Amino acid sequence: MNTLVSVLYIVAFVLFIYGLMGMTGPRTAVRGNWIAAAGMAVAVVATLLLPGMGNWPLIALGLGIGAVIGVPAARRVKMTAMPQMVALFNGVGGGAVALIAWVEFRVTTGYEAEPRYVAIASLFAAIVGSVSFWGSGIAFGKLQEILPGRPVTLGRLQQPLNIVVLTAAVVCAVIIASGGRSELLIIGVLVAAGLIGVMVVLPIGGADMPVVISLLNAFTGLSAAAMGLALDNTALIVAGMIVGASGSILTNLMAQAMNRSIPAILAGGFGGGGDAGAATVSGAGDRPVRSTSTADAAIQLAYAGRVMVVPGYGLAVAQAQHAVREMADLLEAKGIDVAYAVHPVAGRMPGHMNVLLAEADVPYEALKEMDESNSAFPQVDVSLVIGANDVTNPAAQSDPSSPIYGMPILHVTSSRSVIVLKRSMGSGFAGIDNALFTDAKTAMLFGDAKESVAGIVEELKTL
Amino acid sequence: MPIESIAILVLAGFVGYTVISKVPNTLHTPLMSGTNAIHGIVLLGGLIVLGHGVDGVLNKILLVVAIAFGMINVVGGFLVTDRMLGMFKQRPGGQRPGGQRPDGQRAGGQRPGAREEGEQ
Repeated sequence: MNTLVSVLYIVAFVLFIYGLMGMTGPRTAVRGNWIAAAGMAVAVVATLLLPGMGNWPLIALGLGIGAVIGVPAARRVKMTAMPQMVALFNGVGGGAVALIAWVEFRVTTGYEAEPRYVAIASLFAAIVGSVSFWGSGIAFGKLQEILPGRPVTLGRLQQPLNIVVLTAAVVCAVIIASGGRSELLIIGVLVAAGLIGVMVVLPIGGADMPVVISLLNAFTGLSAAAMGLALDNTALIVAGMIVGASGSILTNLMAQAMNRSIPAILAGGFGGGGDAGAATVSGAGDRPVRSTSTADAAIQLAYAGRVMVVPGYGLAVAQAQHAVREMADLLEAKGIDVAYAVHPVAGRMPGHMNVLLAEADVPYEALKEMDESNSAFPQVDVSLVIGANDVTNPAAQSDPSSPIYGMPILHVTSSRSVIVLKRSMGSGFAGIDNALFTDAKTAMLFGDAKESVAGIVEELKTL
Repeated sequence: MPIESIAILVLAGFVGYTVISKVPNTLHTPLMSGTNAIHGIVLLGGLIVLGHGVDGVLNKILLVVAIAFGMINVVGGFLVTDRMLGMFKQRPGGQRPGGQRPDGQRAGGQRPGAREEGEQ
């Protein structure tokens, strides 16, 4: 590695770290992202300047294909589909690591003349990269609803089977590291690792998917760092390890926001509607549900002093954010105070709801975080819950047998009245019933969130 | 095993840990997406192995696919992150830089891809 390349790599590291620091604050985030992107451009250019580089047409081909696929995909994806897009981009990163490790094996005929650490690092990268690729693929399938969002399990066989497959992957890797040359071995490593990715993510319920994607993101970072050790490339080590570490922290922060532990998530099966779910069904089932109409809801809102909108994934799916904004404008014109209570995991990822509401030009200052919202609810006349379910479920505070027990929630029932916009009495993403819907203060407005809000807007205009 | 590489690995881990330890919830998703883009650095691995020459059609195909994957990860990752962050603007009519995002986004968006291809 010559001096110029080394200097450029160091410039790239500074840009990565400075960019990431910027991304932790709302004002500097956009710039931070571009600083990190500039760092990536510097790192790529530096690598192309390495002595002895060739195969230019093929390199150009690979970069070209990537750009042609990646740019439109990123541009066109809808804001609601963002989580699965991140999963997909993460997956291809892991896939790249796995493929490079495979080629490494082939060109060195099973790491024949390489030091032992190269083989170990490369095999580690192969396993983790393959897990990340297939795991992300399953996460994408679940969020895109190609695959069922509910946990898919093999029952009692699940854990032993996972262990068997993991052992198979490790055994193949150990044989290679101690001198095995057969290409079937590396294929065995990749396939077994891929199976682990599939089998670990399949049983995880959709509600936990953001945490899983974040975890796989950290995995891909680690595999990149391992690949850097194998290829003796500092840029890969540094950038990969930064992502591995920051991704792990981020995963932990997300899990905390949902009051879920990472081992519990990976053990899977959450939201399967097991015994606890059945118990709450019978508990809530015999209480009456009060339903309301758009006209009544509009009147209730128009004569309120303070309205708190509680948005959830239902709002995102129905693309109702613009209609909600219109409704809020009408209410504000009447002198009514409108704010938005955003649960940390509203939507399907922490911060997802903020992005969607910002898209509809909802002012940033009107978005209230959970603690702020919960202290405001007692002064709120009407809480308008739009497609949010689990994050408002009082069972999380009161029912220790509930699967979401302990999760921090928005205390909408402490406001004077509640209107819940919902498609049906069906249960939420976590697959459990919500006692809020049968609360005496609550009126249900059934229907598509966007149509219901549009209906309220029409009624408000005539008032 | 080269001790320098391990030292770098450990120190980079601490940097990652320190940078992320305090982030508002709102920024979790964009930050995950941003770090996701950064691990697209695996692209360099593909470039190095292919650039230093490999024989065999299968090896070449695998590496071209790996480079394409890495490139999708990088370009897509940064663009998606920018789109997410572009949503956090102040009230319309405000004087904050957020108002200029749509143009800046497009011009900036092409840069990494264009620059890399310009190298060929």
